[in-house]
Amino acid sequence: MAISNLTKTYPGVVANDSVSMELRAGEVHALLGENGAGKSTLVKMIYGLVKPDSGSMKFQGQSFTPANPHTARQAGVAMVFQHFSLFDAMSVAENIALGMENPPPMRDLSDQIKAVSETYGLPLQPDHIVGDLSAGERQRVEIIRCLLQDPKLLIMDEPTSVLTPQEVGVLFETLRKLTAQGVGILYISHKLDEIRELCQHATVLRRGQNVGSCVPSETSAREMAEMMVGSSFQTPERSRHALGDVVLKIDKLSAPSPNEFGTPLREISLELHAGEILGIGGVAGNGQDELLAALSGEMRTVADAVVFEGEVIGRLAPAARRKMGLLTAPEERLGHAAAPDMSLTENALLTGAERENLTSRGFLKWGAAQKFAQSVIESFDVRTPGTETAARALSGGNLQKFVIGREVLQRPKVLVVNQPTWGVDAAAAAAIRQALLDLATEGVAILCISQDLDELIEISDHFAALNEGRLSDIRETESLNMEQIGLMMGGAHGMEVAHVEA
Amino acid sequence: MDLSSIKPALLLASLMIAATPVIYAAIGELVVERAGVLNLGVEGMMITGAICGFIAAVNTDSPMLGFMAAAVGGALLSLLFALLTQYALANQVASGLALTLFGLGVSSLLGQGYVGIKPPSTPKLDIPVLSDLPGIGTVLSAHDIMIYLGLLLVAAVWAVLKYTRIGLILRAVGENHDAAHALGYKVVRVRVLAIMFGGACAGLGGAYISLVRVPQWTEGMTAGVGWIALALVVFASWRAGRVLLGAWLFGGVTVLQLNLQAAGVAIPVEYLSMSPYLITIVVLVIMSSDKNKAPASLGKIFHASS
Repeated sequence: MAISNLTKTYPGVVANDSVSMELRAGEVHALLGENGAGKSTLVKMIYGLVKPDSGSMKFQGQSFTPANPHTARQAGVAMVFQHFSLFDAMSVAENIALGMENPPPMRDLSDQIKAVSETYGLPLQPDHIVGDLSAGERQRVEIIRCLLQDPKLLIMDEPTSVLTPQEVGVLFETLRKLTAQGVGILYISHKLDEIRELCQHATVLRRGQNVGSCVPSETSAREMAEMMVGSSFQTPERSRHALGDVVLKIDKLSAPSPNEFGTPLREISLELHAGEILGIGGVAGNGQDELLAALSGEMRTVADAVVFEGEVIGRLAPAARRKMGLLTAPEERLGHAAAPDMSLTENALLTGAERENLTSRGFLKWGAAQKFAQSVIESFDVRTPGTETAARALSGGNLQKFVIGREVLQRPKVLVVNQPTWGVDAAAAAAIRQALLDLATEGVAILCISQDLDELIEISDHFAALNEGRLSDIRETESLNMEQIGLMMGGAHGMEVAHVEA
Repeated sequence: MDLSSIKPALLLASLMIAATPVIYAAIGELVVERAGVLNLGVEGMMITGAICGFIAAVNTDSPMLGFMAAAVGGALLSLLFALLTQYALANQVASGLALTLFGLGVSSLLGQGYVGIKPPSTPKLDIPVLSDLPGIGTVLSAHDIMIYLGLLLVAAVWAVLKYTRIGLILRAVGENHDAAHALGYKVVRVRVLAIMFGGACAGLGGAYISLVRVPQWTEGMTAGVGWIALALVVFASWRAGRVLLGAWLFGGVTVLQLNLQAAGVAIPVEYLSMSPYLITIVVLVIMSSDKNKAPASLGKIFHASS
C-alpha cells in the first residue's frame, strides 16, 4: 500500500494536507497523531468512505481509488471501526454477513465463523445477539467479519480503547498471527506503549500533515509524543500572580461512569487555588467526561468528595453549584454545552439565569437575557448575525467562543472547561486561551481539561494527567519536559490491571 | 335472539375478507418500520388507493387494473412522504399525520363523481382441491385472488426479512443507520424503496375495501383501518406472522359482532361496534409483553454527514 499526496479539505479545515506513506505486507504500521490530526480522515479515504480531493493511492502495485466501501472490501481492505459498526438486535452471524461482499448461506457462514474463531483463538457463538455481548466480544465480531474476507490490509481505528488488558493481549496475539500470514495492518492508537510493543513502523500526523516516521521499538515514547505535538512550544503569555486560597477541593473521588462504555473515576484528589489554572491532560475516554460531570453536578457523588469554598457539594444539583459560582463548559458544543436549535439568547438564559438574574418569579426577562447574550457576542467577538440566531448555525469556533464567553462573563469563582479549543481555528483558540488567562489573573480558579498538550503547556500553572480514571501526581507545568508529560499521559508510570466493569 | 343463525364456516370465510385490508396495510407498514421509518400516513394512503382503484376499475371495467392503479396511487402518495422525510429531513410523525389528512382530502376530491356507482365485481377463484375439503373447504376456497395474494405477501415478507440479503440489509438500515452507512449501504435509497412498498400495500388494502368488501365509494370509507394496521405492527412486535394473527383476530371480531348484531344479542350496538378495536388491541398488548424491541433507528432522521 502506498499513499501519495492525499489531500482532503472540509469547510474551514484541511483534514489531510498532502499525506504520503507506505505500508508493507506483513507489518503492523502505526498511525500516530493527536485528536483532529487527520488520522480518521486518512483511513476513511483508504476504506472508500470519504473521497480525497487530490492525490493517489496504490494498493499491491495497482492504482486504487475506492468509490465506496464495497470496492475497497473487494480489493482486500478491511476495517475495524473505532465506534463499533454493529447492529445490536441482530445475531453475530447476521452482523458478519452485513460486512461481507458475497456472504455464503447462513449455515455455512456459521461454520466458517466457528472455524475462524478457533483458528485465531477468538471464541464466538454465531447465533448470539450482539446487544448481549461485552465490548471485547463485540470487537471480536468486527475482527472476524474482516478476517472472513481474507484481507490484505486491515485497518484498526483505536481498537484497544474499550478493551481490558487481558483482551488487549488476545488481540495482539491475533494480529501477530495475521502479519505472519502477510497481512498488512494499519494501526491507529494513542497508547504509545502498545505501539512500541506491536508496530514495526510508525507514521506521525500533525494537523493533517505527515511530520515524520520512526521505528517505534527503537524510539522512546517521549520522542513519539514530541513528534505528535510538535516540539516548538511558544512561551506562554501570562502575567505572574500569586495563587490564592484553595477554592475547590476534590478528595478521593471515586465514581462509576454513568455511561456503559465510560471510565469510572478512581480516587481522584486535587486542590485548586484561586488564580490557578490546573491543566488536566490525557487521552480521550480516560475519565475526562466523568470528571466534568462530577464537578458540574450532572453526576452526584459522595457528598464530601467535592468541597467548594469549605462547603461539601458532592450531592448538589448543577443549578445550585452554578449559583455558588462553580461554572462548567463541557466539551460537546452541540448538544451538551449548547442546545443546537435554540437561539443564542435562549442558550444564554439556560446557564446564565441564576447568576445574571435573568428570571423573576418564574418569568423570563427577555430583554436582560438578550443584553447578556449581546455582551457575550461583543466581548468575545462571536461572528453571528444576531442574538436570535440558532446555536447550530454558528461555526464551531464561534459557538465555542460563545459557550466559553457565556461562563466567563458570569464572574465564576471556579470555571471547569473541557476541550475549550477542540476543533477551533487557531485565532479563535488563541482568543479563548487568552480569556482563560485573563480570568485567572483576576483570581478565578480554572480547571482546564484538554487533549491539546500545547494548550495546557501554554496556559496552565500545574499539570496532571488522567489515565484509566486515575489522576497522576500534580506537577508544576514549567518543571516538566515532554518526556515526563508523555509518561504521565501514557500511563507508563504503572501498568496496573484496570478493573473495568464490563 | 337466534345464535343458531351464525354458521362457523361462513363466519370464518367472511373473516378472511374482513381481515384482508388490514393485512395489506399492516404488512406494508411493517416493512417500512423495519427499515427505520415511521409512516403514520397509512390511513391516507389506503383511502387514496381506494379511490384510485375504484376509478380505474370503473373506467376500464377491470378489477385487476383497478388494484394496480391503487398500488400506484398509494406508492405515489408515499413518495411524497419519502421526499419530505428522507431528502428534506422533515419530522416523520408530523409528515405522516399530514399525509393522512392530505390523502383524505385528495380522495374525496377525486371521488366526487363516483358516489353511488357499483364497481365491476372481482372474480372468485375456485380452487378444485381446496373447495372439496370437508368443513374447511368453504373457509379456504371461493375467495377472490386478492385474499390469496395477501397471504402470499405475508409469507413472502417474512421469508425475505428472515432469509435474504435484501431483508438483512433492510433490517440493518432500520437497526443502526449510521453503522449501515459506514459499511457502505445506501440508507436513503433502501428507505425510499421501503416507503414506496408500504404505500403500494396500503393502496391495495384500500382498494380491497372499495372494490370487494363494500363495494362502492363513500368518503372516508377506510374508517380507521389504517390506524388499526399501524397499531397492529407495533403490538405484533414487528413480526409478519403476528401481524397476520392480529389481522385475523380483528377481522374475526368484526364479522362476529356484525353477526351478533344481526342475531339481535342484547348488547348495545355501540359496544359491539367498538369490540373489534378493543379486543385486538388488548390481545396484542398482552402478546407483545415479551418486550420485543422496536427497530433501534425507528423514526430517527438520517443524515449522512454525521
